[in-house]
Amino acid sequence: MTVSTAPVPVAANASGTTQTTTRRNRLWALVIYILTALYFLLPLAATFYWSLRAERGTLGFEAYRRLFEDANFLPSFSQSIVNAIIAIVISLVIIVPTAYWVTLRLPKLRPVVEFITLLPFVIPAVVLSLALIILYSRPPLLLTRTYESSRVLLVCVYAALSFPYMFRAVDNGLRAMDVRALTEAAQSLGAGWPTILFRVIFPNLRVALISGALLTFAIVIGELTIALFMAQRTLGPYMANLTRSKVYEPSAMAIVAFAITWAAMGIIQLIGRGQQGSIGGGH
Amino acid sequence: MKATLQSDVQPTNLTVRGAKRPSRLPIWHWLGVLPFFIFSALFLIGPTLVLAYRSLEDPDGGLSFVNYLQLTNPTVINAYSLSIRVSLTTAILGGLIGFLVAWAVSIGGLPRPFRSLTTTFSGVASNFAGVPLAAAFIFTLGRVGVVTALFELLGVDLYGTGFSLYSYTGLVLVYLYFQIPLMVLVILPALDGLKREWREAAENLGATPVQYWLHVALPVLIPSILGTMILLFGNAFGAHATAYALTGGLFNLATLLIGQQISGDVLHNPGLGFAVAMGMVIIMGVSITIYSILQRRSERWLR
Repeated sequence: MTVSTAPVPVAANASGTTQTTTRRNRLWALVIYILTALYFLLPLAATFYWSLRAERGTLGFEAYRRLFEDANFLPSFSQSIVNAIIAIVISLVIIVPTAYWVTLRLPKLRPVVEFITLLPFVIPAVVLSLALIILYSRPPLLLTRTYESSRVLLVCVYAALSFPYMFRAVDNGLRAMDVRALTEAAQSLGAGWPTILFRVIFPNLRVALISGALLTFAIVIGELTIALFMAQRTLGPYMANLTRSKVYEPSAMAIVAFAITWAAMGIIQLIGRGQQGSIGGGH
Repeated sequence: MKATLQSDVQPTNLTVRGAKRPSRLPIWHWLGVLPFFIFSALFLIGPTLVLAYRSLEDPDGGLSFVNYLQLTNPTVINAYSLSIRVSLTTAILGGLIGFLVAWAVSIGGLPRPFRSLTTTFSGVASNFAGVPLAAAFIFTLGRVGVVTALFELLGVDLYGTGFSLYSYTGLVLVYLYFQIPLMVLVILPALDGLKREWREAAENLGATPVQYWLHVALPVLIPSILGTMILLFGNAFGAHATAYALTGGLFNLATLLIGQQISGDVLHNPGLGFAVAMGMVIIMGVSITIYSILQRRSERWLR
Protein backbone atom coordinates (compact mmCIF):
# COMPACT_ATOMS: atom_id res chain seq x y z
CA MET A 1 0.00 0.00 0.00
CA THR A 2 1.76 3.14 -1.14
CA VAL A 3 0.46 6.60 -0.41
CA SER A 4 -0.73 8.34 -3.52
CA THR A 5 0.70 11.80 -4.01
CA ALA A 6 -1.97 12.74 -6.53
CA PRO A 7 -4.86 14.94 -5.38
CA VAL A 8 -7.68 12.81 -4.08
CA PRO A 9 -10.45 13.76 -6.55
CA VAL A 10 -8.26 13.12 -9.56
CA ALA A 11 -7.18 9.77 -8.22
CA ALA A 12 -10.77 8.75 -7.53
CA ASN A 13 -11.79 9.88 -10.98
CA ALA A 14 -8.96 7.99 -12.61
CA SER A 15 -9.73 4.75 -10.80
CA GLY A 16 -13.40 5.21 -11.68
CA THR A 17 -12.73 5.40 -15.43
CA THR A 18 -10.21 2.61 -15.09
CA GLN A 19 -12.88 0.37 -13.63
CA THR A 20 -15.39 1.00 -16.44
CA THR A 21 -12.70 0.61 -19.08
CA THR A 22 -11.60 -2.61 -17.41
CA ARG A 23 -15.12 -3.98 -17.59
CA ARG A 24 -15.60 -2.86 -21.19
CA ASN A 25 -12.17 -4.25 -22.08
CA ARG A 26 -13.02 -7.59 -20.58
CA LEU A 27 -16.20 -7.78 -22.66
CA TRP A 28 -14.28 -7.02 -25.86
CA ALA A 29 -11.58 -9.48 -24.87
CA LEU A 30 -14.21 -12.17 -24.41
CA VAL A 31 -15.83 -11.43 -27.79
CA ILE A 32 -12.46 -11.55 -29.58
CA TYR A 33 -11.51 -14.70 -27.75
CA ILE A 34 -14.73 -16.55 -28.55
CA LEU A 35 -14.64 -15.63 -32.25
CA THR A 36 -11.02 -16.73 -32.64
CA ALA A 37 -11.60 -19.87 -30.62
CA LEU A 38 -14.45 -20.70 -33.01
CA TYR A 39 -12.14 -20.36 -36.00
CA PHE A 40 -9.55 -22.60 -34.37
CA LEU A 41 -11.88 -25.24 -32.96
CA LEU A 42 -14.26 -25.65 -35.92
CA PRO A 43 -11.76 -27.39 -38.22
CA LEU A 44 -10.78 -29.72 -35.39
CA ALA A 45 -14.37 -30.49 -34.50
CA ALA A 46 -15.32 -31.02 -38.15
CA THR A 47 -12.35 -33.31 -38.73
CA PHE A 48 -13.11 -35.29 -35.59
CA TYR A 49 -16.75 -35.63 -36.64
CA TRP A 50 -15.70 -36.94 -40.08
CA SER A 51 -13.30 -39.39 -38.45
CA LEU A 52 -16.22 -40.97 -36.56
CA ARG A 53 -18.44 -41.42 -39.60
CA ALA A 54 -16.62 -44.15 -41.51
CA GLU A 55 -19.26 -46.73 -40.62
CA ARG A 56 -22.59 -46.07 -42.27
CA GLY A 57 -25.33 -45.01 -39.89
CA THR A 58 -23.36 -44.92 -36.65
CA LEU A 59 -20.53 -42.95 -35.10
CA GLY A 60 -17.48 -45.01 -34.25
CA PHE A 61 -13.74 -45.43 -34.53
CA GLU A 62 -13.81 -47.40 -37.77
CA ALA A 63 -11.68 -44.81 -39.60
CA TYR A 64 -8.93 -45.13 -36.97
CA ARG A 65 -9.04 -48.92 -37.20
CA ARG A 66 -8.70 -48.75 -40.97
CA LEU A 67 -5.88 -46.25 -40.69
CA PHE A 68 -3.87 -48.42 -38.31
CA GLU A 69 -4.55 -51.50 -40.41
CA ASP A 70 -3.38 -49.84 -43.59
CA ALA A 71 -0.30 -51.75 -44.72
CA ASN A 72 1.65 -48.55 -45.33
CA PHE A 73 0.74 -46.59 -42.22
CA LEU A 74 2.81 -48.24 -39.51
CA PRO A 75 5.93 -48.71 -41.66
CA SER A 76 5.97 -45.03 -42.66
CA PHE A 77 5.08 -43.94 -39.13
CA SER A 78 7.87 -45.99 -37.57
CA GLN A 79 10.31 -44.84 -40.22
CA SER A 80 9.47 -41.23 -39.38
CA ILE A 81 9.88 -41.90 -35.67
CA VAL A 82 13.31 -43.46 -36.21
CA ASN A 83 14.32 -40.55 -38.47
CA ALA A 84 13.17 -38.05 -35.87
CA ILE A 85 15.03 -39.76 -33.03
CA ILE A 86 18.29 -39.99 -34.98
CA ALA A 87 17.95 -36.34 -36.06
CA ILE A 88 17.39 -35.32 -32.43
CA VAL A 89 20.47 -37.24 -31.26
CA ILE A 90 22.65 -35.71 -34.00
CA SER A 91 21.31 -32.27 -33.22
CA LEU A 92 21.95 -32.65 -29.49
CA VAL A 93 25.47 -33.99 -30.00
CA ILE A 94 26.29 -31.01 -32.23
CA ILE A 95 24.41 -28.18 -30.54
CA VAL A 96 25.14 -28.82 -26.84
CA PRO A 97 28.93 -28.50 -27.15
CA THR A 98 28.54 -25.60 -29.58
CA ALA A 99 26.24 -23.62 -27.28
CA TYR A 100 28.45 -24.46 -24.30
CA TRP A 101 31.67 -23.40 -25.97
CA VAL A 102 30.10 -20.27 -27.41
CA THR A 103 28.87 -19.29 -23.97
CA LEU A 104 32.04 -20.12 -22.11
CA ARG A 105 35.09 -20.11 -24.32
CA LEU A 106 34.41 -18.54 -27.68
CA PRO A 107 31.91 -15.70 -27.15
CA LYS A 108 33.27 -14.00 -30.27
CA LEU A 109 31.77 -16.78 -32.35
CA ARG A 110 28.27 -16.19 -31.00
CA PRO A 111 27.02 -13.86 -33.78
CA VAL A 112 28.29 -16.29 -36.42
CA VAL A 113 26.63 -19.27 -34.76
CA GLU A 114 23.40 -17.34 -34.26
CA PHE A 115 23.42 -16.32 -37.91
CA ILE A 116 23.89 -19.90 -39.08
CA THR A 117 21.12 -21.19 -36.83
CA LEU A 118 18.80 -18.67 -38.49
CA LEU A 119 19.44 -20.12 -41.95
CA PRO A 120 16.66 -22.74 -41.82
CA PHE A 121 14.22 -19.83 -41.56
CA VAL A 122 15.80 -18.07 -44.52
CA ILE A 123 15.98 -21.05 -46.87
CA PRO A 124 12.47 -22.40 -47.56
CA ALA A 125 12.25 -26.20 -47.39
CA VAL A 126 11.42 -26.50 -51.08
CA VAL A 127 14.44 -24.37 -52.03
CA LEU A 128 16.65 -26.42 -49.74
CA SER A 129 15.35 -29.57 -51.43
CA LEU A 130 16.34 -28.20 -54.83
CA ALA A 131 19.74 -27.15 -53.50
CA LEU A 132 20.34 -30.57 -51.93
CA ILE A 133 19.40 -32.32 -55.16
CA ILE A 134 21.88 -30.19 -57.12
CA LEU A 135 24.71 -30.87 -54.68
CA TYR A 136 24.07 -34.50 -53.81
CA SER A 137 22.82 -36.03 -57.04
CA ARG A 138 26.20 -36.27 -58.72
CA PRO A 139 29.67 -37.41 -57.73
CA PRO A 140 31.67 -36.75 -55.61
CA LEU A 141 28.79 -36.34 -53.16
CA LEU A 142 26.32 -38.75 -54.71
CA LEU A 143 23.78 -39.43 -51.98
CA THR A 144 20.40 -39.45 -53.72
CA ARG A 145 20.94 -42.64 -55.72
CA THR A 146 19.68 -45.27 -53.29
CA TYR A 147 16.78 -45.09 -50.88
CA GLU A 148 19.02 -45.64 -47.86
CA SER A 149 21.58 -42.98 -48.78
CA SER A 150 18.76 -40.49 -49.45
CA ARG A 151 17.43 -41.35 -46.04
CA VAL A 152 20.79 -40.56 -44.44
CA LEU A 153 20.74 -37.22 -46.24
CA LEU A 154 17.18 -36.55 -45.09
CA VAL A 155 17.99 -37.27 -41.44
CA CYS A 156 21.06 -35.02 -41.53
CA VAL A 157 19.01 -32.21 -43.08
CA TYR A 158 16.37 -32.66 -40.37
CA ALA A 159 19.09 -32.32 -37.74
CA ALA A 160 20.28 -29.11 -39.42
CA LEU A 161 16.70 -27.80 -39.59
CA SER A 162 16.35 -28.30 -35.84
CA PHE A 163 19.41 -26.11 -35.09
CA PRO A 164 17.39 -22.90 -34.53
CA TYR A 165 15.10 -24.54 -31.99
CA MET A 166 17.77 -26.64 -30.33
CA PHE A 167 20.30 -23.83 -30.12
CA ARG A 168 17.79 -21.40 -28.64
CA ALA A 169 16.56 -23.94 -26.11
CA VAL A 170 20.06 -24.95 -24.99
CA ASP A 171 21.30 -21.36 -25.03
CA ASN A 172 18.39 -20.23 -22.83
CA GLY A 173 19.10 -23.13 -20.50
CA LEU A 174 22.78 -22.21 -20.26
CA ARG A 175 22.00 -18.57 -19.59
CA ALA A 176 19.62 -19.51 -16.81
CA MET A 177 22.27 -21.37 -14.84
CA ASP A 178 25.53 -19.34 -14.91
CA VAL A 179 27.74 -21.84 -16.69
CA ARG A 180 30.94 -20.02 -15.85
CA ALA A 181 30.43 -20.10 -12.10
CA LEU A 182 29.36 -23.75 -12.17
CA THR A 183 32.29 -24.74 -14.37
CA GLU A 184 34.82 -22.91 -12.24
CA ALA A 185 33.33 -24.29 -9.03
CA ALA A 186 33.57 -27.80 -10.44
CA GLN A 187 37.11 -27.19 -11.68
CA SER A 188 38.25 -25.87 -8.31
CA LEU A 189 36.88 -29.04 -6.73
CA GLY A 190 39.09 -31.00 -9.10
CA ALA A 191 36.53 -32.13 -11.64
CA GLY A 192 37.69 -32.96 -15.15
CA TRP A 193 35.81 -32.00 -18.32
CA PRO A 194 33.78 -35.20 -18.65
CA THR A 195 32.63 -34.84 -15.04
CA ILE A 196 31.72 -31.21 -15.60
CA LEU A 197 29.72 -31.97 -18.72
CA PHE A 198 27.89 -35.06 -17.55
CA ARG A 199 27.42 -34.35 -13.86
CA VAL A 200 27.09 -30.58 -13.76
CA ILE A 201 25.99 -29.15 -17.08
CA PHE A 202 23.65 -31.83 -18.47
CA PRO A 203 21.54 -32.29 -15.32
CA ASN A 204 20.97 -28.54 -15.23
CA LEU A 205 20.07 -28.52 -18.90
CA ARG A 206 17.52 -31.31 -18.70
CA VAL A 207 14.47 -29.13 -19.32
CA ALA A 208 16.12 -27.31 -22.22
CA LEU A 209 17.28 -30.56 -23.83
CA ILE A 210 13.87 -32.20 -23.56
CA SER A 211 12.12 -29.10 -24.91
CA GLY A 212 14.47 -28.87 -27.88
CA ALA A 213 14.10 -32.58 -28.55
CA LEU A 214 10.29 -32.56 -28.42
CA LEU A 215 10.02 -29.48 -30.59
CA THR A 216 12.30 -31.11 -33.15
CA PHE A 217 10.17 -34.24 -32.97
CA ALA A 218 6.96 -32.28 -33.58
CA ILE A 219 8.43 -30.55 -36.61
CA VAL A 220 10.18 -33.53 -38.15
CA ILE A 221 7.63 -36.30 -37.62
CA GLY A 222 5.20 -35.22 -40.36
CA GLU A 223 7.60 -33.25 -42.55
CA LEU A 224 6.46 -33.39 -46.15
CA THR A 225 8.48 -31.23 -48.51
CA ILE A 226 12.02 -32.56 -48.23
CA ALA A 227 10.87 -36.16 -47.71
CA LEU A 228 8.78 -35.84 -50.87
CA PHE A 229 11.68 -34.72 -53.04
CA MET A 230 14.00 -37.30 -51.48
CA ALA A 231 11.37 -39.88 -52.49
CA GLN A 232 11.08 -41.19 -48.93
CA ARG A 233 8.23 -43.35 -47.67
CA THR A 234 7.82 -41.43 -44.43
CA LEU A 235 4.72 -40.12 -42.72
CA GLY A 236 4.52 -36.79 -44.58
CA PRO A 237 4.30 -38.18 -48.13
CA TYR A 238 2.12 -41.03 -46.84
CA MET A 239 -0.36 -38.56 -45.36
CA ALA A 240 -0.40 -36.46 -48.54
CA ASN A 241 -1.13 -39.58 -50.56
CA LEU A 242 -3.83 -40.69 -48.15
CA THR A 243 -5.57 -37.31 -48.36
CA ARG A 244 -5.89 -37.77 -52.09
CA SER A 245 -6.88 -41.43 -52.16
CA LYS A 246 -9.14 -42.11 -49.16
CA VAL A 247 -12.30 -40.55 -47.77
CA TYR A 248 -12.41 -41.11 -44.01
CA GLU A 249 -8.89 -42.19 -43.06
CA PRO A 250 -7.34 -38.74 -43.61
CA SER A 251 -9.57 -37.31 -40.89
CA ALA A 252 -8.43 -39.96 -38.41
CA MET A 253 -4.86 -39.27 -39.46
CA ALA A 254 -5.22 -35.51 -38.97
CA ILE A 255 -6.58 -36.10 -35.47
CA VAL A 256 -3.68 -38.45 -34.65
CA ALA A 257 -1.19 -35.88 -35.98
CA PHE A 258 -2.83 -33.17 -33.94
CA ALA A 259 -2.66 -35.35 -30.84
CA ILE A 260 1.06 -35.98 -31.38
CA THR A 261 1.79 -32.26 -31.77
CA TRP A 262 -0.36 -31.51 -28.75
CA ALA A 263 1.45 -34.13 -26.66
CA ALA A 264 4.87 -32.77 -27.59
CA MET A 265 3.90 -29.16 -26.86
CA GLY A 266 2.02 -30.12 -23.70
CA ILE A 267 5.06 -31.86 -22.25
CA ILE A 268 7.26 -28.88 -23.12
CA GLN A 269 4.84 -26.55 -21.37
CA LEU A 270 4.60 -28.88 -18.39
CA ILE A 271 8.31 -29.35 -17.76
CA GLY A 272 9.30 -25.79 -18.58
CA ARG A 273 6.72 -23.74 -16.74
CA GLY A 274 7.42 -20.06 -17.06
CA GLN A 275 9.79 -20.49 -19.96
CA GLN A 276 8.88 -18.92 -23.22
CA GLY A 277 6.90 -20.97 -25.70
CA SER A 278 8.10 -22.43 -28.90
CA ILE A 279 8.10 -20.75 -32.22
CA GLY A 280 7.38 -23.03 -35.07
CA GLY A 281 8.15 -23.44 -38.69
CA GLY A 282 8.16 -25.94 -41.48
CA HIS A 283 4.87 -25.34 -43.20
CA MET B 1 48.33 -4.65 3.02
CA LYS B 2 48.02 -8.36 3.29
CA ALA B 3 44.36 -8.22 2.33
CA THR B 4 45.04 -6.21 -0.81
CA LEU B 5 47.80 -8.56 -1.73
CA GLN B 6 45.56 -11.55 -1.44
CA SER B 7 42.75 -9.98 -3.39
CA ASP B 8 45.30 -8.99 -5.98
CA VAL B 9 46.41 -12.55 -6.47
CA GLN B 10 43.12 -13.86 -7.78
CA PRO B 11 42.47 -11.26 -10.46
CA THR B 12 46.03 -11.66 -11.67
CA ASN B 13 45.51 -15.36 -11.91
CA LEU B 14 42.31 -14.78 -13.82
CA THR B 15 43.87 -12.32 -16.22
CA VAL B 16 46.70 -14.73 -16.90
CA ARG B 17 44.21 -17.40 -17.73
CA GLY B 18 42.07 -14.89 -19.60
CA ALA B 19 45.01 -13.63 -21.62
CA LYS B 20 45.87 -17.14 -22.68
CA ARG B 21 42.44 -17.70 -24.14
CA PRO B 22 42.44 -15.63 -27.30
CA SER B 23 46.06 -16.21 -28.30
CA ARG B 24 46.69 -19.86 -27.49
CA LEU B 25 43.37 -21.62 -27.63
CA PRO B 26 44.12 -25.31 -27.45
CA ILE B 27 42.99 -27.02 -30.61
CA TRP B 28 40.40 -29.10 -28.78
CA HIS B 29 38.51 -25.95 -27.88
CA TRP B 30 37.70 -25.59 -31.52
CA LEU B 31 36.74 -29.23 -31.72
CA GLY B 32 33.67 -28.36 -29.67
CA VAL B 33 32.28 -26.12 -32.40
CA LEU B 34 33.83 -27.81 -35.42
CA PRO B 35 31.05 -30.39 -35.95
CA PHE B 36 28.53 -27.56 -36.00
CA PHE B 37 30.35 -25.71 -38.75
CA ILE B 38 31.02 -28.83 -40.81
CA PHE B 39 27.42 -29.94 -40.53
CA SER B 40 26.01 -26.53 -41.39
CA ALA B 41 28.39 -26.28 -44.33
CA LEU B 42 27.34 -29.69 -45.65
CA PHE B 43 23.57 -29.41 -45.27
CA LEU B 44 22.66 -25.70 -45.20
CA ILE B 45 25.36 -23.38 -46.50
CA GLY B 46 27.01 -25.59 -49.09
CA PRO B 47 23.85 -26.56 -50.97
CA THR B 48 22.63 -22.96 -50.96
CA LEU B 49 25.95 -21.66 -52.29
CA VAL B 50 25.93 -24.28 -55.04
CA LEU B 51 22.36 -23.25 -55.88
CA ALA B 52 23.43 -19.58 -55.97
CA TYR B 53 26.34 -20.45 -58.24
CA ARG B 54 24.20 -22.52 -60.61
CA SER B 55 21.62 -19.73 -60.79
CA LEU B 56 24.37 -17.46 -62.14
CA GLU B 57 25.38 -19.91 -64.86
CA ASP B 58 24.16 -19.29 -68.38
CA PRO B 59 23.36 -22.25 -70.66
CA ASP B 60 26.92 -22.24 -72.04
CA GLY B 61 28.45 -22.44 -68.58
CA GLY B 62 29.58 -18.81 -68.31
CA LEU B 63 28.66 -16.53 -65.43
CA SER B 64 25.84 -14.09 -66.10
CA PHE B 65 22.59 -12.71 -64.80
CA VAL B 66 20.68 -14.12 -67.74
CA ASN B 67 18.57 -16.39 -65.51
CA TYR B 68 17.61 -13.51 -63.27
CA LEU B 69 16.62 -11.40 -66.28
CA GLN B 70 14.19 -14.17 -67.22
CA LEU B 71 12.37 -13.84 -63.91
CA THR B 72 10.04 -11.51 -65.81
CA ASN B 73 8.58 -14.63 -67.43
CA PRO B 74 4.77 -14.40 -66.87
CA THR B 75 4.58 -17.78 -65.07
CA VAL B 76 7.25 -16.67 -62.63
CA ILE B 77 5.76 -13.21 -62.14
CA ASN B 78 2.31 -14.70 -61.48
CA ALA B 79 3.69 -17.21 -58.99
CA TYR B 80 5.68 -14.61 -57.11
CA SER B 81 2.81 -12.14 -57.08
CA LEU B 82 0.31 -14.70 -55.77
CA SER B 83 2.80 -15.83 -53.11
CA ILE B 84 3.43 -12.23 -52.08
CA ARG B 85 -0.29 -11.42 -51.99
CA VAL B 86 -1.13 -14.47 -49.86
CA SER B 87 1.79 -13.78 -47.54
CA LEU B 88 0.98 -10.08 -47.16
CA THR B 89 -2.71 -10.73 -46.52
CA THR B 90 -2.08 -13.46 -43.97
CA ALA B 91 0.70 -11.44 -42.32
CA ILE B 92 -1.52 -8.39 -41.88
CA LEU B 93 -4.70 -10.28 -40.94
CA GLY B 94 -2.84 -12.80 -38.81
CA GLY B 95 -0.88 -9.99 -37.20
CA LEU B 96 -3.98 -7.98 -36.32
CA ILE B 97 -6.01 -10.94 -35.05
CA GLY B 98 -3.03 -12.37 -33.20
CA PHE B 99 -2.39 -9.01 -31.58
CA LEU B 100 -6.02 -8.76 -30.47
CA VAL B 101 -5.93 -12.28 -29.01
CA ALA B 102 -2.67 -11.54 -27.19
CA TRP B 103 -4.21 -8.33 -25.89
CA ALA B 104 -7.35 -10.18 -24.78
CA VAL B 105 -5.45 -12.72 -22.68
CA SER B 106 -2.99 -10.23 -21.19
CA ILE B 107 -4.15 -6.64 -20.81
CA GLY B 108 -7.75 -7.39 -21.78
CA GLY B 109 -8.25 -8.92 -18.38
CA LEU B 110 -9.40 -12.47 -19.21
CA PRO B 111 -8.80 -14.88 -16.32
CA ARG B 112 -5.36 -16.45 -16.05
CA PRO B 113 -6.26 -19.95 -17.34
CA PHE B 114 -7.23 -18.43 -20.71
CA ARG B 115 -3.69 -17.27 -21.12
CA SER B 116 -1.88 -20.54 -20.45
CA LEU B 117 -4.42 -22.40 -22.57
CA THR B 118 -3.82 -19.92 -25.38
CA THR B 119 -0.03 -20.15 -25.28
CA THR B 120 -0.09 -23.95 -25.24
CA PHE B 121 -2.63 -24.08 -28.05
CA SER B 122 -0.61 -21.52 -30.02
CA GLY B 123 2.46 -23.69 -29.64
CA VAL B 124 0.49 -26.59 -31.06
CA ALA B 125 -1.30 -24.70 -33.84
CA SER B 126 1.81 -22.88 -35.05
CA ASN B 127 3.39 -26.30 -35.53
CA PHE B 128 0.25 -27.99 -36.81
CA ALA B 129 0.83 -27.33 -40.48
CA GLY B 130 1.31 -29.28 -43.64
CA VAL B 131 -0.86 -32.23 -44.60
CA PRO B 132 -2.96 -32.57 -41.40
CA LEU B 133 -3.86 -28.88 -41.49
CA ALA B 134 -4.87 -29.05 -45.14
CA ALA B 135 -6.90 -32.19 -44.42
CA ALA B 136 -8.66 -30.54 -41.48
CA PHE B 137 -9.77 -27.65 -43.68
CA ILE B 138 -10.87 -29.97 -46.46
CA PHE B 139 -13.16 -31.68 -43.94
CA THR B 140 -14.41 -28.28 -42.79
CA LEU B 141 -14.72 -26.08 -45.86
CA GLY B 142 -14.10 -28.49 -48.72
CA ARG B 143 -16.91 -29.38 -51.12
CA VAL B 144 -18.32 -31.90 -48.64
CA GLY B 145 -16.96 -30.25 -45.52
CA VAL B 146 -18.99 -29.91 -42.36
CA VAL B 147 -19.28 -26.13 -42.49
CA THR B 148 -20.12 -26.24 -46.19
CA ALA B 149 -22.89 -28.69 -45.31
CA LEU B 150 -24.11 -26.43 -42.49
CA PHE B 151 -24.35 -23.53 -44.94
CA GLU B 152 -26.32 -25.77 -47.26
CA LEU B 153 -28.80 -26.49 -44.45
CA LEU B 154 -29.22 -22.73 -44.12
CA GLY B 155 -29.90 -22.54 -47.84
CA VAL B 156 -26.53 -21.09 -48.84
CA ASP B 157 -24.56 -22.89 -51.50
CA LEU B 158 -21.06 -21.84 -50.44
CA TYR B 159 -19.34 -23.05 -53.60
CA GLY B 160 -22.15 -21.51 -55.67
CA THR B 161 -21.20 -18.08 -54.32
CA GLY B 162 -17.76 -18.42 -55.85
CA PHE B 163 -16.00 -19.51 -52.67
CA SER B 164 -13.45 -22.26 -52.97
CA LEU B 165 -11.03 -23.68 -50.45
CA TYR B 166 -8.61 -24.25 -53.32
CA SER B 167 -8.35 -20.55 -54.17
CA TYR B 168 -6.61 -17.46 -52.88
CA THR B 169 -9.32 -16.93 -50.21
CA GLY B 170 -9.15 -20.55 -49.15
CA LEU B 171 -5.41 -20.49 -48.88
CA VAL B 172 -5.58 -17.34 -46.74
CA LEU B 173 -8.10 -19.00 -44.41
CA VAL B 174 -5.85 -22.05 -44.03
CA TYR B 175 -2.60 -20.11 -43.56
CA LEU B 176 -4.16 -17.98 -40.81
CA TYR B 177 -4.35 -21.17 -38.76
CA PHE B 178 -0.58 -21.08 -38.23
CA GLN B 179 -0.08 -17.33 -38.68
CA ILE B 180 -2.33 -16.13 -35.82
CA PRO B 181 -0.73 -18.42 -33.19
CA LEU B 182 2.77 -17.40 -34.25
CA MET B 183 1.80 -13.74 -33.80
CA VAL B 184 0.36 -14.52 -30.37
CA LEU B 185 3.54 -16.30 -29.27
CA VAL B 186 5.89 -13.57 -30.42
CA ILE B 187 3.84 -10.53 -29.42
CA LEU B 188 2.72 -11.65 -25.94
CA PRO B 189 6.10 -10.97 -24.31
CA ALA B 190 6.08 -7.51 -25.91
CA LEU B 191 2.65 -6.76 -24.44
CA ASP B 192 3.90 -7.98 -21.08
CA GLY B 193 6.72 -5.48 -21.39
CA LEU B 194 4.32 -2.53 -21.31
CA LYS B 195 4.87 -1.12 -17.86
CA ARG B 196 1.98 -0.46 -15.58
CA GLU B 197 3.61 2.81 -14.50
CA TRP B 198 3.35 4.21 -18.03
CA ARG B 199 -0.39 3.70 -18.04
CA GLU B 200 -0.77 5.13 -14.55
CA ALA B 201 1.40 8.11 -15.43
CA ALA B 202 -0.65 8.75 -18.56
CA GLU B 203 -3.91 8.50 -16.62
CA ASN B 204 -2.68 10.77 -13.87
CA LEU B 205 -1.82 13.32 -16.52
CA GLY B 206 -5.39 13.06 -17.75
CA ALA B 207 -4.90 10.90 -20.84
CA THR B 208 -7.86 8.94 -22.16
CA PRO B 209 -7.34 5.23 -22.96
CA VAL B 210 -7.25 6.14 -26.67
CA GLN B 211 -4.56 8.76 -26.05
CA TYR B 212 -2.60 6.30 -23.94
CA TRP B 213 -2.64 3.73 -26.75
CA LEU B 214 -1.89 6.23 -29.50
CA HIS B 215 0.89 8.13 -27.75
CA VAL B 216 2.43 5.64 -25.33
CA ALA B 217 1.66 1.97 -25.92
CA LEU B 218 1.59 1.76 -29.72
CA PRO B 219 4.79 3.74 -30.34
CA VAL B 220 6.56 1.32 -28.01
CA LEU B 221 4.94 -1.71 -29.60
CA ILE B 222 5.12 -0.72 -33.28
CA PRO B 223 8.61 -2.15 -33.92
CA SER B 224 7.51 -5.47 -32.40
CA ILE B 225 4.22 -5.56 -34.29
CA LEU B 226 5.78 -4.65 -37.63
CA GLY B 227 8.71 -6.96 -37.07
CA THR B 228 6.49 -9.88 -36.24
CA MET B 229 4.26 -9.20 -39.24
CA ILE B 230 7.36 -9.37 -41.42
CA LEU B 231 8.23 -12.66 -39.74
CA LEU B 232 4.71 -13.88 -40.58
CA PHE B 233 5.22 -12.75 -44.17
CA GLY B 234 8.31 -14.93 -44.44
CA ASN B 235 6.54 -17.77 -42.68
CA ALA B 236 3.80 -17.82 -45.33
CA PHE B 237 6.07 -17.01 -48.25
CA GLY B 238 8.25 -20.08 -47.68
CA ALA B 239 5.34 -22.41 -46.90
CA HIS B 240 5.11 -25.36 -49.26
CA ALA B 241 3.69 -28.43 -47.53
CA THR B 242 0.28 -26.97 -46.63
CA ALA B 243 -0.35 -25.57 -50.10
CA TYR B 244 0.92 -28.76 -51.71
CA ALA B 245 -1.39 -30.94 -49.63
CA LEU B 246 -4.34 -28.64 -50.27
CA THR B 247 -3.99 -28.25 -54.01
CA GLY B 248 -1.91 -31.25 -55.04
CA GLY B 249 0.94 -28.92 -55.94
CA LEU B 250 -0.82 -27.43 -58.93
CA PHE B 251 -1.54 -23.98 -57.54
CA ASN B 252 0.54 -21.14 -58.91
CA LEU B 253 2.56 -20.26 -55.80
CA ALA B 254 6.31 -19.63 -55.91
CA THR B 255 7.07 -22.59 -53.62
CA LEU B 256 4.82 -24.91 -55.63
CA LEU B 257 6.40 -23.67 -58.87
CA ILE B 258 9.83 -24.66 -57.53
CA GLY B 259 8.35 -28.02 -56.52
CA GLN B 260 7.00 -28.57 -60.05
CA GLN B 261 10.36 -27.48 -61.43
CA ILE B 262 12.12 -30.14 -59.31
CA SER B 263 9.79 -32.93 -60.38
CA GLY B 264 9.33 -31.97 -64.01
CA ASP B 265 11.21 -28.87 -65.23
CA VAL B 266 7.94 -27.06 -66.01
CA LEU B 267 9.84 -23.88 -66.84
CA HIS B 268 11.85 -25.80 -69.47
CA ASN B 269 14.95 -24.10 -68.13
CA PRO B 270 16.75 -25.42 -65.05
CA GLY B 271 18.74 -22.21 -64.68
CA LEU B 272 15.55 -20.18 -64.40
CA GLY B 273 14.33 -22.56 -61.70
CA PHE B 274 17.52 -21.93 -59.73
CA ALA B 275 17.00 -18.17 -60.10
CA VAL B 276 13.38 -18.45 -58.89
CA ALA B 277 14.62 -20.38 -55.84
CA MET B 278 17.39 -17.88 -55.12
CA GLY B 279 14.87 -15.05 -55.45
CA MET B 280 12.91 -16.66 -52.63
CA VAL B 281 16.04 -16.94 -50.48
CA ILE B 282 16.75 -13.25 -51.06
CA ILE B 283 13.20 -12.20 -50.13
CA MET B 284 13.29 -14.43 -47.03
CA GLY B 285 16.71 -13.12 -46.06
CA VAL B 286 15.54 -9.51 -46.31
CA SER B 287 12.42 -10.25 -44.21
CA ILE B 288 14.34 -12.08 -41.48
CA THR B 289 16.94 -9.30 -41.37
CA ILE B 290 14.31 -6.57 -40.99
CA TYR B 291 12.59 -8.71 -38.36
CA SER B 292 15.72 -9.09 -36.25
CA ILE B 293 16.58 -5.39 -36.54
CA LEU B 294 13.09 -4.36 -35.42
CA GLN B 295 13.07 -6.99 -32.67
CA ARG B 296 16.37 -5.65 -31.34
CA ARG B 297 15.01 -2.12 -31.40
CA SER B 298 11.89 -3.06 -29.46
CA GLU B 299 13.98 -4.80 -26.80
CA ARG B 300 15.35 -1.43 -25.74
CA TRP B 301 11.96 -0.44 -24.34
CA LEU B 302 10.46 -3.74 -23.43
CA ARG B 303 13.11 -5.29 -21.21
